[in-house]
Amino acid sequence: MTLTIPTFSLISIGPWLTLALGAILILLVDALSKGRKTYFPYFSLAVLALAAFQTIDLWGAQSTDFARMVYVDNFAFLFYLILILGAALTILLSRPYLEEWGKDMGEYYALILFATVGMMMMAASAHMIMIFLGLEVMSIAVYVLAGFFREDARSNEAALKYLVLGAFASAFLLFGMAFLYGAAGGSLYLDELAKRLTDAATLTKPLTLLAIALLVVGFGFKVAAVPFHMWTPDVYEGAPTSITAYMAVAVKAAAFAAFARVFFLAFPAFHVNWHMLLWVLAVATMTLGNVVAIAQTNIKRMLAYSSIAHAGYILVALVAANQLGAVSILYYLLAYTLMNIGAFGVVILVARKKDSYLNIYDYSGLAYQHPGLAAGMAVFMFALAGMPPTAGFVGKFYIFSAAVQAGYIWLAILGVMNSLVSVYYYLRITVLMYMRPAEADLGPIAFTPAVTACVIATAVATVLVGIFPGWFYDLAMNSVKIFPSL
Amino acid sequence: MMAYIFFALAGIALISGVLVVFQTHPLRSALWLIVNFFAVAGIYLLAHAEFIAAIQIIVYAGAIMVLFLFVIMLLNLRQPEEEAARPWFGQKLAGITLAALVAFILVYGFSKAEVPLAKAAPPGLGNTESIARLLFTDYLLPFEVTSVLLLVAIVGAVVLAKSKLK
Amino acid sequence: MNLPVLIALSAIKILIVLVVLLTLVAYTVLMERKVLGFIQLRYGPNRVGPWGLLQPLADLVKLLFKEDFTPPMVNKVLFVMAPIITAVTAFLPFAVIPFAKDMFPPQITIYGQTFDLTAAGLNQGVIADINVGLLYVFAMGSLAVYGAVLGGWASNSKYSLLGGLRLSAQMVSYELALGLSVIGVLMLAGSLSLVKIVEAQKDMWFIVYQPLGFVLFLTAAFAECARTPFDLIECENELVAGYQTEYSSMKWALFMMGEYAHIIVASALITTLFLGGWQGPILPPVVWFMGKTFALVFCFIWVRGTFPRFRFDQLMYLGWKVMLPLALLNIMVTGAVMLLI
Repeated sequence: MTLTIPTFSLISIGPWLTLALGAILILLVDALSKGRKTYFPYFSLAVLALAAFQTIDLWGAQSTDFARMVYVDNFAFLFYLILILGAALTILLSRPYLEEWGKDMGEYYALILFATVGMMMMAASAHMIMIFLGLEVMSIAVYVLAGFFREDARSNEAALKYLVLGAFASAFLLFGMAFLYGAAGGSLYLDELAKRLTDAATLTKPLTLLAIALLVVGFGFKVAAVPFHMWTPDVYEGAPTSITAYMAVAVKAAAFAAFARVFFLAFPAFHVNWHMLLWVLAVATMTLGNVVAIAQTNIKRMLAYSSIAHAGYILVALVAANQLGAVSILYYLLAYTLMNIGAFGVVILVARKKDSYLNIYDYSGLAYQHPGLAAGMAVFMFALAGMPPTAGFVGKFYIFSAAVQAGYIWLAILGVMNSLVSVYYYLRITVLMYMRPAEADLGPIAFTPAVTACVIATAVATVLVGIFPGWFYDLAMNSVKIFPSL
Repeated sequence: MMAYIFFALAGIALISGVLVVFQTHPLRSALWLIVNFFAVAGIYLLAHAEFIAAIQIIVYAGAIMVLFLFVIMLLNLRQPEEEAARPWFGQKLAGITLAALVAFILVYGFSKAEVPLAKAAPPGLGNTESIARLLFTDYLLPFEVTSVLLLVAIVGAVVLAKSKLK
Repeated sequence: MNLPVLIALSAIKILIVLVVLLTLVAYTVLMERKVLGFIQLRYGPNRVGPWGLLQPLADLVKLLFKEDFTPPMVNKVLFVMAPIITAVTAFLPFAVIPFAKDMFPPQITIYGQTFDLTAAGLNQGVIADINVGLLYVFAMGSLAVYGAVLGGWASNSKYSLLGGLRLSAQMVSYELALGLSVIGVLMLAGSLSLVKIVEAQKDMWFIVYQPLGFVLFLTAAFAECARTPFDLIECENELVAGYQTEYSSMKWALFMMGEYAHIIVASALITTLFLGGWQGPILPPVVWFMGKTFALVFCFIWVRGTFPRFRFDQLMYLGWKVMLPLALLNIMVTGAVMLLI
């Protein structure tokens, strides 16, 4: 029996390999050497930088590899870069925070790198099985990271809730894929699905529609879309703050990468069927996220609901399903990564003493005692609310113009109205910081260099990307050309 | 003949599956789940997937469920200590309605579906060989990625379970 | 040949094999007592029949007439099911183990009717030659644990429960080493069918190419049978009799039959995988097969008479940190050598 192993080039998955090997190296060094190791964050950052260089080096390629299992294209690369940025910023935030909890362990960094590998797989998959495997690599790493503070009851709750519901959602996704396999006549390659699911007969097949609906449930859970959002507030509140930031930006980005790739590439012929479904989901997600966020007094919970709302905005772009829509998904995810991680950086700085100051009223009078920090937080809040000249504004502008361009006027209007609602709770933080006296003396805040650098960098970047969006727009436009249907 | 065996096995699978959910004692649920695994393994055999059937028994019935039983016995769960919270009437109604809806969609979906048959194994190759061939050609990358998945799961389990912390 | 006849003939064949196997099980018990006696410089049973040869019969009568006592507070259904599971899963693997090349001639004539026995391989020296034979053996082996675990739980007694717990942890740990240690054999034979594996050893036994695999498999088999030095599940000084504590009469006898059938099946499997199965010169295949198998059974008894018991943490350490890496190493080395040659 002869076996012909397909030709492949390891370079095309170079960034994955770099990150995975880096993670394994961390684990080995941690296991085989004695004493406390302080260099893991730097090492992880170096590995991420290397992966970013590899990605940039690959830029421009357009092919598939490993027997058509992965796409090697700019859409994947741009997502790689966003994911690497998210992971790097998270690692910058982590070290002092973990030390405070006595949890500065090598496994933390290794798991973040592994989760990033899983996310990259999702962004580059050309076959449903790769999407599923990537999703599981990412999810399992994140389940564990959410429960990393295992002496803390809320962290345990977060991990358990995320695990149980996440497994449930994975089952939905798998059922969707299985039904799709049947409906498409035995193939799960994304490009082949597009070819097979075109004639009118398959279009009206209930089996196909059922499969698509189940896929929406699976992806909807990972991006925290209403009504699959129930886990979000508890998990975001209970998980370590740095991991909450990571979950909010990177997990969401990866899920949207796969979501967009599957729906733009495999189901363009079904647009009539799924756009209505996603329309409803988008409106429900935006509205519920924004309205419930108003009632929150815990800053992490508030940001959790805000993250639900932002998933809703991105769903609007998915509904639009045109080139500008695809560009706006990429742009918005970049902007969201910057402003959200920045906001969580401020939360980490203010929280102190094992997360003792998480109430939003702990921010009262912050501007008088720590004007720099308050200014940073204000920038992030303005950006999240979508005010010019920040990146949040430009992102929303792209999204809603894409919706208008595609003819979804009402969706755009509802989106803008939701943004207005969100202004209330984002500005409330700013008002508390600048116009209220402190409830009590906040005490000193330890400005650790890494976290401070992260907050400053994200604040500057949020503004800069908002003022000069053109270069990223061009990159994104270049990368979404791979979708023939848009 | 095959059809009768299939329906018998499918019936066992369904009934045992329902019983898994309706037991009050976790150990009984686990035992019915084992019965369910056997029925499903039988269905795999009918589909000439001997390898999958054997793996189903070895991995699920023989290893995973033994671990489940181990944990249940280790905690020595006799009877649930407190009554589970009773669902509201509204919850029940919503659950039953949605379940009926899903059942309808599934039945309707499959009644309309003309699912083509999967490709037969190439002649001269047993089931195990054809799976191996697929794993090392078309599915080479997913097969290797699975090892990353397992590594992550192991590291995660160790992180959460390690007794002493630095 | 029509279906009813085929089924009837298969049933007869299975019955013959089963009766022989049951007899062997009964005499393995006697063999163990005799060999242990020999090791400990005493006689062993020698009252019933010449050299105690009728002792198994006497034991059977005794066990049949003992009171079948079911303690109160047990889970009745599981309490009864457990011994049955143990016995059945212990015998089932024998269905795929080839014990000879041929059992019957290709054709037989009964009352003027000629039956072609080559149909469905009825004449072969194996009940069923299936293409995933080895996996089937492992599947049945992995189910064997349920008998003891459920028996231990259903008995509603601390000793029984602890015995069951220990066994489940032990079985799961050693199943990995057991499964991985035969991969080398599979690579050499290129098949999961035990008949093909035996045929592949026509020129040379696999123990020559797989010495490490053989040692690992033998050790893991000891653990899977829960024999000394891995018999922590029933170690008398701690757990009375482990999961069997509350059992009596034929239920207990079923557990015992299961244990000895396990030993025979494990020995037969090692013979098949590493020692060339029924292959051998001059003597008929069945004799070779039985000879090799019972040499290994003797090994089991010899070890019981020689070695002390492990501590539980030692057992876990050995399983996970020694046997598992060695088994993986064995696979790697085998693969590398096969690539080079």
